[in-house]
Amino acid sequence: MSGIELSFKLNGQTVEVAVDPGALLVDLLRENFGLTGTKAGCRQGECGACTVLVDGEAYNSCLFPALKVQGREVTTIEGLQKADGSLDPVQEAFMEAGAAQCGFCTPGMIMNAKALLSRNPNPDENEIRTALSGVLCRCTGYRKIVQAVKNVASDRQP
Amino acid sequence: MSQAFKELHWRSDIPLKEYLVPETLQQALKILGQYKGRARVIAGGTDVIVELRKRDYEVEALVDISRIPGVGGIELHGDKIVLGGLATHAQVAASHLIRERAGLLASACAAMGSPQIRNIATVAGNLVTGRPAADASIPLLALDAQATVASADGERIIPLREFFLDLGKTVVDPSREILTHIEFKPLRLDQGGTFLRLSKRRAMSLPMLVCAVVVTVDKTRQFITEAAIALGPVAPVPFRDTHTENLIKGKPATLQTLHEAAESTCLKCSPRGSLLRGSSDYRQEMVKVLVKRGLRKALEQAGCTL
Repeated sequence: MSGIELSFKLNGQTVEVAVDPGALLVDLLRENFGLTGTKAGCRQGECGACTVLVDGEAYNSCLFPALKVQGREVTTIEGLQKADGSLDPVQEAFMEAGAAQCGFCTPGMIMNAKALLSRNPNPDENEIRTALSGVLCRCTGYRKIVQAVKNVASDRQP
Repeated sequence: MSQAFKELHWRSDIPLKEYLVPETLQQALKILGQYKGRARVIAGGTDVIVELRKRDYEVEALVDISRIPGVGGIELHGDKIVLGGLATHAQVAASHLIRERAGLLASACAAMGSPQIRNIATVAGNLVTGRPAADASIPLLALDAQATVASADGERIIPLREFFLDLGKTVVDPSREILTHIEFKPLRLDQGGTFLRLSKRRAMSLPMLVCAVVVTVDKTRQFITEAAIALGPVAPVPFRDTHTENLIKGKPATLQTLHEAAESTCLKCSPRGSLLRGSSDYRQEMVKVLVKRGLRKALEQAGCTL
């Protein structure tokens, strides 16, 4: 089957690709672009490990038809790294707080935290917990993860 | 590897011949007409994609209506609130208008799914999917909302009470029709409305029970003049307990009346036992608690002292 032409901005660069009409964003990112930081977990919108940003908002890429991103801007965990190789403050904060065990949910946690912090630079604990409520960590608790996001917020205070 | 694991976790593109993104409603309806039932409308897609991957049904084409201008928005038109078919749960939950004038719907939309799901899942889609516990459908049913549905034959307006036919089945045929907007009257000062949800966790959980109540009281704030009680999932479709509503109409706004309402509702519905949602006995008891609590909060909101 010949694919449908799809053009969108991926981590800052315009890309063009032919996709199957039934392709999902998570597979497009992982298999066509090799961006395996976006994890395919439950594939039904429960676990949130596949979260990416589309035009700055967090969505589950496993439920997102690839063709919905036509002309839009997609950011994955790989897109947070700056050109000089340095990490995003949220990534740094997760490392400093030790907010990862197996790491499978971490990209989802970080992408949801990014979406939160971009619309609300100084969230309280409740807002952080709500923003992360769509990502499941099965290693252990969420305390260090929440703490990491809090640390980013407080670092931004003047 | 088990079949179930493969089905859920393996890469499986949805077998589709086309994914179409029309720019107008007319175009969308025309495409649906051309496919004669072999295409389906997709908006947010959070239900449709899961259903297609599970092969609940198969289609040749998806018609993505999310880029049609004028089908979104949340506005006050005259004495009615109009929700566009593309309004998402996140937009409704955050809307000042909805929070101020129909708080029960805002609460329901904020409780559904996860932030990522709420960012894209539409309230109209929540109705069309036709699940008996669909969070947004319960308060909309209590608010006596109406849905406007467009098809190649024109528009029709359907009161939500006549909207749900069976488990997963509504009067809207998503291979032919598009739910363009939902209308309802905002709560007045002599009214109160509440939404209550019982679930095992606060996030990412199916509700064990959902209850929405709207009450109207008289000028003295002593008597109930109208009541609407909607519950889910206690039947194959979202349930409106008209029997109990009639029973408490005209009665004083007292704890005794709430007690009678709770006992009456409990007799009128029979929630099934389910591993996910709790035992039948437990849920039957909890129906009473939710109805009583919901009515009480709604009456207090309307200015009654109980």
